[in-house]
Amino acid sequence: MARVFIPPALRSLTAGLHEVDADGDTVGEIVDQLDELFPGARSRLCDADGLKPGLIVMVGNSASSLGLLQRVTDDEEVHFLPSIGGGA
Amino acid sequence: MSTIEKPAYKVIGTRPVRHDGADKVTGVAKYGADVSLTGLIQAAMLRSPHAHALIKSIDTSAAETLPGVRAVVTSADMPEQGDRFVDLGEGGTIMSHLSSNVLAREKVLYKGHAVAAVAADSIHIAREAVQLIKVQYEPLPPVLDVREAMRDEAPVLNDDVRTQMLGAADPDEAEDQPTNVAKKFLFEKGDVEQGFAEAHVVVEREFTTATVHQGYIEPHNATAQWHADGKVTIWTSTQGAFTVRQQTAELLMIPASDVKVIPMEIGGGFGGKIAVYLQPVATLLSRKSGRPVKLIMDRAAVFEATGPTPGTYIRAKIGVTKDGKITAGEAYLAYEAGAYPGSPVSCGCMCIFGCYDIPHARVEGYDVCVNKPRTSAYRAPGSTNAAFAAETIVDEICCQLNIDAAEFRLKNAAQEGTRRVDGPVYSRIGMVETVAAIQASDHYQSPLEGSHRGRGIASGFWFNVGLKSAVTAMVNADGTVSLVEGSTDIGGTRTSLAMQLAETLGINAEQVKPTVADTDGIGWNDVTGGSRVTFATGIAVVEAAKDIQRQLLQRAATLWNCDRESVRYEDGKIAGPDQNVITFAEMAGKMLQTGGAIVGQGVCSDVAQSGAFGTHCVDVEVDPETGKVQILRYTIAQDAGTAIHPSYVEGQMQGGVVQGIGWALNEEYWYDDQGEMRNSTFLDYRIPTCYDVPMIETIIVEVPDPNHPYGVRGVGEVPICPPPAAIANAIYQAIGVRMQHLPMSPPHVMAEILRLSSAGNGRA
Amino acid sequence: MAKKRIVTTKINGEEVSFLCEPRQTLLEVLRDTLDMTGTKEGCSNGNCGACTVIMNGRPIDSCLVLGVEAEGANLRTIEGVAHGAQMDEVQQAFLEGAALQCGICTPGFIVQAEALLEENPDPSEEEIRFYLAGNLCRCTGYDKIVRAVQAAAAARQTAEA
Repeated sequence: MARVFIPPALRSLTAGLHEVDADGDTVGEIVDQLDELFPGARSRLCDADGLKPGLIVMVGNSASSLGLLQRVTDDEEVHFLPSIGGGA
Repeated sequence: MSTIEKPAYKVIGTRPVRHDGADKVTGVAKYGADVSLTGLIQAAMLRSPHAHALIKSIDTSAAETLPGVRAVVTSADMPEQGDRFVDLGEGGTIMSHLSSNVLAREKVLYKGHAVAAVAADSIHIAREAVQLIKVQYEPLPPVLDVREAMRDEAPVLNDDVRTQMLGAADPDEAEDQPTNVAKKFLFEKGDVEQGFAEAHVVVEREFTTATVHQGYIEPHNATAQWHADGKVTIWTSTQGAFTVRQQTAELLMIPASDVKVIPMEIGGGFGGKIAVYLQPVATLLSRKSGRPVKLIMDRAAVFEATGPTPGTYIRAKIGVTKDGKITAGEAYLAYEAGAYPGSPVSCGCMCIFGCYDIPHARVEGYDVCVNKPRTSAYRAPGSTNAAFAAETIVDEICCQLNIDAAEFRLKNAAQEGTRRVDGPVYSRIGMVETVAAIQASDHYQSPLEGSHRGRGIASGFWFNVGLKSAVTAMVNADGTVSLVEGSTDIGGTRTSLAMQLAETLGINAEQVKPTVADTDGIGWNDVTGGSRVTFATGIAVVEAAKDIQRQLLQRAATLWNCDRESVRYEDGKIAGPDQNVITFAEMAGKMLQTGGAIVGQGVCSDVAQSGAFGTHCVDVEVDPETGKVQILRYTIAQDAGTAIHPSYVEGQMQGGVVQGIGWALNEEYWYDDQGEMRNSTFLDYRIPTCYDVPMIETIIVEVPDPNHPYGVRGVGEVPICPPPAAIANAIYQAIGVRMQHLPMSPPHVMAEILRLSSAGNGRA
Repeated sequence: MAKKRIVTTKINGEEVSFLCEPRQTLLEVLRDTLDMTGTKEGCSNGNCGACTVIMNGRPIDSCLVLGVEAEGANLRTIEGVAHGAQMDEVQQAFLEGAALQCGICTPGFIVQAEALLEENPDPSEEEIRFYLAGNLCRCTGYDKIVRAVQAAAAARQTAEA
């Protein structure tokens, strides 16, 4: 089980929960599980091509560009965050 | 100073002369504007005189017929982007906005907005021709203040912008009204109401900061040659050849593989030379004219039409117990995006409380369009403004509770295991160590005497990024290694990378020949920015070195006719059975007889950095009759992880500090009531000169980053975060005035001095 | 457009003739006509010092001088600082002291420093900072530049002693 941190704007779908445990080998599978538990969650985070532009996912302490393909192991934290634009 | 037992490195930590140094001190190194080609012609741009206007018509006929003019282009020459959204490596860009910023379509959104371009036989003819282009504008009221722009009645810049929020449902474009508020961010940790309820002291303040430019000395430049087979070569000064290639290809809708970008030396970037401005225009002019075209921005255009970093409005509140333990933090940040969405407000939100362990926090951020140039990144984008707010409030709390500023920070510092307000947990970081270093410093321990003098400290945080790099390293028969990498060298990274390669192979830095390649010569490299090159390209370099080691071991096994498992690489030598030993150089000499070229490769992808912290201490003297603030002494302590080349680490620290001093004391975009920038020269947008600042004392703290083989932590950005707050805190000690606006230039300081004295309770 | 003039001048000890329009600055002539791109353009209105050259013994912003004004003058540019392949003390000090990061302001600083040390071979820190205040640097924060000039002054005094 990975621990998924729910962005504040999504909490209206998760009945106010800040953190949710979800199953999945990849971020994509975890998002699918979230959508099962809280219908509509997927469309808040993803579009047809994957994670919405401007959004990154941090698994553990790593910000991966693999997005939905990023593998997740048990007990890892999953955070959805704005990408750090600019990179100056 | 290292906090752990540091390995005895041979090359890392030394100070070799940089590999590109000789060319740079003799004027031989070629920067983007130095390109010369057969048949080269020059180009100039026409820019909007209005801050906000509809373009009714553009008549280029008179310009086209001027003798010597070879081509004229407008946005009509650029393809329609529709609602294309492309990931250009930084989370996605609305292509129509990028395209309109390069050449305006229906509207101009800031004075200086590019409208047309002319290529001609000389720059003088091009400039004359630009003046002959007739544009009919219908001026519209401009909005330049971030809070004004958020009001419902404000003039709206972009019809296609609706407020978006991470994790929220998509706005309904048909239903919702166009707005200047492009994005909203919200971060929460714990329960902020409960947190403030537990506090004995709560301080809430508002802050405003003016728009500020990166101020690189070299203007933007691009030279493009459209070849007869439809391919294009672009020579340009850029922080990222690959992103220029991709942006240009997407904007012109040509295959990226048809575009070759050759990065020339670059005269400063600081985040401002990542987005394209000139490259697509030069390409179009070359295509139309059949000649190579050079396009250089003039200085006024650099200020009026590129960068800058946002002006901001920040309201922040911190609550602490009477023992000085922070219980809660709350902040509201509104950042100018400029003409099109995309300010770094989310970074500001994530950094504002980044130095501290705060159990309950709530941060709200807004990305707001205003009639100023589209903002670009500027060294730790968003963080400096946020630090100004947070660290000033922390200082006020320290004064109220009579707690030493360093002690307070030690008590509340973020450490390994601290969770940030935006969610992630820190791994090994050096916030505590930098505060301790300042506390123990000669500066902090020395008394400060004299009237109207004061001392202030402040801390700052920046994430640093990892992203992607690729390198190739070729062994030469004389025992040297040619290192080919794709990170443009803005501050000496050729050498910090060469040193990491040398350390891994056990050779000298001088035996490595680093080259920055073009987009056809190396694998994908993300930008030189985000304090990432010495870290991430360094990881790729170490990989390449290990790849070379593996091949050398294989060659030795061949040479000695033994098992691969029985040879090992140690200290620049390969050792095998029967006491066989051969040095790197000797083995390199036998390269061609033992199997041919030895080429190592390394790729680094998305290794995260664990974050950079710095704490600064400054002494100032304030002239109570003019409001002028003089920097007397400045010390910076910063965690560099492991300093590969200490001189260049110190240089990054000092350079960031002086930019921060300029930001703090003088720099601002000055607009008249028509919304036109009036100080777009280096005289009136005055950055610090060497007469304005003293020597900058540096303390390199080393808390190795666990994610890098040598513990490297990026150092480029975080030094710009603390200075405005540190100086504001020093001003308070000097004259009892709390500054809440940047810049703290003489008129602003004087206004506060007069306000305080007329209120009868100042000690000015 | 006025006719081009022939201008004859001395650059780094050698006589040079070139054609230029009266409206062209010396900076433009150096870079575009003579291909001497070591002198840099930062602002073209005399505020940054990146275009510094020495003209008749005085350091000047070449963006504020017209090409035609160089007639009969004695010019020294960054290209003339090294003695052949031998870099001089100022250049060496900049390298050893890491007094450059992006390097765009470096030619201007080196030329200005040469002029300073000609006038004042043993300047104080204050004198160095004052003399170099017309050269802007955005990367280094000036600390190492000032130290490099101090080191160069000391090295030159030792060499001459």
